[in-house]
Amino acid sequence: MPQLNLIEAVRSAMADAMAEDARVFVLGEDVGLKGGVFLATDGLLARFGPDRVVDMPIAEAGIVGMAIGASLHGLRPVAEIQFADYIHPAIDQILNEAARLRYRSNGDWHCPIVVRAPFGAGVHGALYHSQSTEALFTSTPGLKVVVPSTPYDAKGLLIAAIRDPDPVIVFEHKQLYRGVRGDVPEGTYTVPLGQAAVRRAGAQISLFTYGLMAHYSLEAAKVVADEGIDVEVIDLRTLYPLDQATILGSVRKTGKALIVHEDKLTGGVGGEISALIAEHAFEALDAPVRRLASPDVHAVAFSDVLEAHFMLNPQKIATAVRELAAY
Amino acid sequence: MAKRTNQPTTGAEPAGRDLSSENPQELQQYYAQMLLLRRFEERTSEMYTKAKIGGYCHLNLGEEATIVGLMAALTPADYIFTNYREHGYIIARGVAPGPVMAELFGKETGVSRGRGGSMHLFDATAHFMGGYAIVGGQLPLATGAAYALKYQGKPGVVVCQMGDATTNIGAWHESLNLAALWDLPVIFLVVNNGYGMGTTVDEGAAEPDLYKRGCAFRMHGERVDGTDVLAMRDATRRLRERAEQEKKPAILEAVSFRFRGHSVIDSDRYRDPEAVKQGRNANDPLPHFAHQLVLAGVVDDAWLKATASRIDQEVQEAIDFAEHSPNPKIEDLFDYMYATPVPNTPGRAEAAIIAQNAQGGR
Ligand SMILES: Cc1ncc(C[n+]2csc(CCOP(=O)(O)OP(=O)(O)O)c2C)c(N)n1
Ligand SMILES: [Mg+2]
Repeated sequence: MPQLNLIEAVRSAMADAMAEDARVFVLGEDVGLKGGVFLATDGLLARFGPDRVVDMPIAEAGIVGMAIGASLHGLRPVAEIQFADYIHPAIDQILNEAARLRYRSNGDWHCPIVVRAPFGAGVHGALYHSQSTEALFTSTPGLKVVVPSTPYDAKGLLIAAIRDPDPVIVFEHKQLYRGVRGDVPEGTYTVPLGQAAVRRAGAQISLFTYGLMAHYSLEAAKVVADEGIDVEVIDLRTLYPLDQATILGSVRKTGKALIVHEDKLTGGVGGEISALIAEHAFEALDAPVRRLASPDVHAVAFSDVLEAHFMLNPQKIATAVRELAAY
Repeated sequence: MAKRTNQPTTGAEPAGRDLSSENPQELQQYYAQMLLLRRFEERTSEMYTKAKIGGYCHLNLGEEATIVGLMAALTPADYIFTNYREHGYIIARGVAPGPVMAELFGKETGVSRGRGGSMHLFDATAHFMGGYAIVGGQLPLATGAAYALKYQGKPGVVVCQMGDATTNIGAWHESLNLAALWDLPVIFLVVNNGYGMGTTVDEGAAEPDLYKRGCAFRMHGERVDGTDVLAMRDATRRLRERAEQEKKPAILEAVSFRFRGHSVIDSDRYRDPEAVKQGRNANDPLPHFAHQLVLAGVVDDAWLKATASRIDQEVQEAIDFAEHSPNPKIEDLFDYMYATPVPNTPGRAEAAIIAQNAQGGR
């Protein structure tokens, strides 16, 4: 099986989906000749031509709005927003239009778009090239929100998103693009939306996470395992809808929950998971639910030192795990 | 889609230009400033390669005449908003190269105290209202600043700099409409360097004569050779006067050539290297202006040499300053979030804990 990094997996997903289904096309800034800033669409223009690999001017509202309109008329657009930080000009189109079209038309219309955007810090990107913006979207019903952490999932989730009849936002962590490698089958396959993956089974603490933090959490789990702390690491993969059965099942088993995300603490997905656990698994808890997230400052200061202290890392996660284990 | 190539030309001004009406000291100053911006950017690129600077970093190489000509026409009362390709603007506005380089290094002595980096330079006292890394982010803000000037009856105008490709985002159309509707003293300076990343002007703009894009709002627009410092200065002066006196906004399109990739890490593989080389030679504002000055007897070779070494020294000092400056303090992590202490938000105590745990880094 080919070993791909995450960006190659994303590219392979789009290529295979386009080869299989003539309705699928990609659009975004510099996705054609340049192949995208991160090269997600490298080679697609040569293979599929300019009608299916559409270079757009800098006009995010236009990119997503065009995708919505095209999807209403039978196409399957995959829009690339160059960085998650640039999604804001398109938020109106996503939240006010894409998310509501099915509901407002009593199911007559549907909006099968995919919006892909690289997110995350740790690349010295400073305030506008480092953000985690997923919580802006998980709080609007009608959307699905996906964050892959492995190349296999990146391809399978993206193809599932493309085939999904509703709008799906896919956030891909910049550091994972070339930071992880793994088996990726050729041809199309799907990883179902809405299903978390148990990356490491454990008995003492349930750790819920996603994206780059899934990798850091696994590292931390390994470190504390040597100290006798057995952590179950669950990669959420889909942030909306959450896989409640897996989340609650794990907490009922371990009695302790730690949620780790790179997004800021306040208003992040962690709050939602904490509430779920408090509402449905309170009696199983042996300790308060704990969240570990980025500080509530704008992601992220440019200086190396400030960025390093803003970012979570395996050591910080291991510390949080130890504290919770000791409770 | 067929590629049209109607990128306007630069370097039109003849070498044997009549400079007799100009102040020679000013001309020398323009040249020296242009050279300062050139060296600053070249050394910035070098510092990036040496990993002293990280992140995303965009250079003004090829745009020196646009910047120096612009600043020569502005007054201290004026305000300047720019995009992320702004190192040259803040320096030509009068901020010392040291704190600018220190910002690129992410140091506490930087103009944004290490929080902004290359794309988010800021200096309120110089009325330099910042580099904006979100394309179009500065446009409505600049329009609002012009509204405030008019409202308060204050002198001065607002210059809102942006790149050619920025004229395709919604904020452009909204801002132009508002500025024209309310007669605001703002100049929309469009730096046409031929590309928005890998996209040419005519691949992104249905009206690739960008100075004409104000038509829909009955806004005056003109095009100037952005590699000609004097043409740039004169055009800015005229439009500035008009904006200040008559409260008439305008578009000024300054044409130049992007010397390198979009940013220091852009491989530029979508352009033909030979064409880039030719473009650089044909559109380099520095040798052209030096040649004019020599022909007019304003400078000689000895002056050019001495100036070059003075500027090399000045940029070296900026680098040394950046190098030896301290990093920002972790204890300051939550500073500047709110004007006054806000209960139940993290502050210095929380930052102190983060600093104490000292678990930064990977
Ligand atoms: C809203 C938004 N979309 C996309 C980007 C990514 N981006 C940064 S610069 C740029 C090209 C801008 O080109 P132009 O306006 O011509 O300015 P230049 O870089 O040539 O100076 C793009 C697409 C961004 N920063 N913000
Ligand atoms: Mg440009």
